[in-house]
Amino acid sequence: MPEFAMPSLGADMDEGTLLEWLVKPGDVVHRGDVVAVVDTAKAAMDVEIFQDGVIEKLIAEPGTTLPVGAPLAVIGGEGAAATPEAPAAVRVPTLAPPSGTGLLVESPLVRHRARKLGVDLADVVGTGPGGVITRADVDAHAAAAPQVKPKRRPPVAIPAQARPPVSPFARRRAAELGVDLGVVQGSGPGGAIIAVDVERAAARPTPVAAEPGAPQREPAAPVAPDMQAKARAMRKAIGQLMARSKREIPHYYLSTTIDLTVATDWLHQANLDRPLSSRLVPAVLLLKASARAIRDVPEMNGFWLDDEFVPGPGVHLGVAISLRQGGLIAPAIHHADNLTLDELMEHLRDLVSRARAGRLKQSEMDPTITVTNLGDQGVDSVHGVIYPPQVALVGFGKVAERPWADGGMLGVRTCVTATLAADHRASDGHRGGLYLAAIDSLLRKPEEL
Amino acid sequence: MKTTYREAMRAAIRDAMQRDDRVFVMGEDVGRYGGCYAVTMGLLKEFGPERIRDTPLSESAFVGAGIGAALNGMRPIVEVMTVNFSLLALDQIMNNAATLLHMSGGQFNVPIVIRMTTGAGRQVAAQHSHSLEGWYAHIPGLRIVTPATLEDARGMLWTALVDPDPVLIFENGTLYNTSGELADDAGAVDIDYAQVRREGDAVSLITYGGALPATLRAAEELAADGIDAEVVDLRTLRPLDEQTFLASARKTHHVVVVDEGWRSGGISGEISARIAENALYDLDAPVARVCGAEVPMPYPRHLEQAAIPNTSRIVTAARELVGVHA
Amino acid sequence: MTTTQIDDAVRQAIGAIAPEADLSTVDPDERLRDAFDIDSLDFVRLLEQLQNLTGVTVPESDYAKIATLRELTAYVEAHAT
Repeated sequence: MPEFAMPSLGADMDEGTLLEWLVKPGDVVHRGDVVAVVDTAKAAMDVEIFQDGVIEKLIAEPGTTLPVGAPLAVIGGEGAAATPEAPAAVRVPTLAPPSGTGLLVESPLVRHRARKLGVDLADVVGTGPGGVITRADVDAHAAAAPQVKPKRRPPVAIPAQARPPVSPFARRRAAELGVDLGVVQGSGPGGAIIAVDVERAAARPTPVAAEPGAPQREPAAPVAPDMQAKARAMRKAIGQLMARSKREIPHYYLSTTIDLTVATDWLHQANLDRPLSSRLVPAVLLLKASARAIRDVPEMNGFWLDDEFVPGPGVHLGVAISLRQGGLIAPAIHHADNLTLDELMEHLRDLVSRARAGRLKQSEMDPTITVTNLGDQGVDSVHGVIYPPQVALVGFGKVAERPWADGGMLGVRTCVTATLAADHRASDGHRGGLYLAAIDSLLRKPEEL
Repeated sequence: MKTTYREAMRAAIRDAMQRDDRVFVMGEDVGRYGGCYAVTMGLLKEFGPERIRDTPLSESAFVGAGIGAALNGMRPIVEVMTVNFSLLALDQIMNNAATLLHMSGGQFNVPIVIRMTTGAGRQVAAQHSHSLEGWYAHIPGLRIVTPATLEDARGMLWTALVDPDPVLIFENGTLYNTSGELADDAGAVDIDYAQVRREGDAVSLITYGGALPATLRAAEELAADGIDAEVVDLRTLRPLDEQTFLASARKTHHVVVVDEGWRSGGISGEISARIAENALYDLDAPVARVCGAEVPMPYPRHLEQAAIPNTSRIVTAARELVGVHA
Repeated sequence: MTTTQIDDAVRQAIGAIAPEADLSTVDPDERLRDAFDIDSLDFVRLLEQLQNLTGVTVPESDYAKIATLRELTAYVEAHAT
């Protein structure tokens, strides 16, 4: 019976605390359903299931802290991998009774026949010379007797395969890439995890991961871990990831100041007719332009893995969200380049409120490029640190009026400084410049965003 | 120069006879008849009956005579009609040719070359069609080579004759008529190394001898599907050049071994084991094998064809191995 | 609405956005953004809360007039019916 295991919600997460079950035994679940809430060093996260089936049994109690890969529940029913059939029972012939004194058994053939038919010769009346049992006697006895079932060896219980098979090469790649096999979905024959599955999983990291080899925490953490300890853990995790970024990624930085007057005027105009709940904020324009500009310079969107650039499967725009208790998280808005401004606004509001409530989904932790907007804090510009293994981080400062020279005249325009921190292994400054220029030109035509 | 495998082999024998007068050919019907597969056709006239010798139908006797000649300094090329018949000479090959250097404490080496036809595909049924080169590769003291290309047919014989120890050359019967271009100056080639006949990075197809053409065709079909197969021709089954096929396995992470011989106890198992021993952590799937069916070779053409590896079986095995990630 | 009701509504709205905020210690003339670490999205949510509680809708053009707690309370007072 397949098991639902403690997922890895970060490349280096090694344990998590089950906060809450959202399903109960007997519930039918489908791939993608949120079934539990798990707390990590980072935040409480909704955890999805990756298969169809029925919850047979909940193994883990809420409040327990378990290592990644530990079984949390047993999944059964339709959709679950069928339990391997017991092998066909092996026929074990019944042994012939010992030829007791006076028992008139003659030829080896008769004994063989009796064994084969499961006939006890002691019960057979012989009709041969001197009462000897003949082959015909055995056959007649067997035909008359109720069907004697040959003894069967009890079916050998095959232990349910708790995990799908993993190819040796996939194991090696997992070790190299720091991927936890417990959460990788196999796509090889028989559901086997093969190298490409590991590489895909590696390309879908959580933005900030718990540090590897963390000292063992208390075996059973309380359901609501102490906020201070949590903040410390997150600080440590951010520290690890950012240090890794600066250690490994040769950053280059570009910046450009963009005239946003047209865009902000358009936005004010657009907001005039809107109720509060659907008003757009300037950040949405900046996010949309950042996502759309990827179409011109796709090498900003993706991952640096194993000495080469792996393009992102779509433009999954990470949005850096500061958490009120401290720390930050950067979940993704999937396919942000294809969303309308209204849809993007909706997603952004939803994402921010869920991030702050600690209710992000595991599947949202796969940004392909991240945007950080520190304008509300009043900064002019931000030169960010890339989230590994992403290759670019876009930053925006405050939207403010500035003196602006144009055509020999000095005027006052609404401006924003856009910056790009990019991985020099994946792209060069020239391409980075084109990317910022694409954002600039998109923001000059806000009605087309 | 356009030539055939048969002509290339004949050219190799002629060349060897001209270069070294200790070289002679001995076997059933090699003289007046020109050889069962016409390899020695015309050589009797060219070199005379002393150097192209017809023998009685006794493999044990004439292989034994060849071993004796080799021990006394000659360089015999003994032709055995088919690998099945060589079993009659197995005592001579294994108990004498392969062991004397060892048993004489290094005093006597046996520089004999034994050529034999192997493999199915010619409708000569279960006593003339098997692929037993994997068996012979089991025996220390022998070198087993399997020329599959015109270059190897032309070039392996001389290197085998120069080798101071017994060398068995297995010529797959389906290859004799293959034709193609051979360089005019083609000559001796090594008998030590496997060769990559086609480069690829998705799956390694490891084969030798008669299965090479079908394997190369399979690689072409796979390429049409976007699966870039690498074809490794082992060339020498003993000693195995494992570095070449291990490097290929490490590169592609997927291996199909193609062997016309039977699977159980065959050379394909040896290849698989070496890969498991040395490259397990590079494998992204279990090693797959496409081998001869485990039956005595059938006579009817359709059954015979069904019993040996063909292009479609190789393609299917490779596709399954590489799976949806092609 | 009475001044007390409006004061309560403002406190409740801020509390919903910034639950950790202690309004008793806040300088009524400090900018909301600085006092409660409110960003532009939070600000829109704050106005939404206020709209639900008081019925007062703030047009975007008036955002600049309600930068502090005192200004916000006064604005709601002036526009509440």
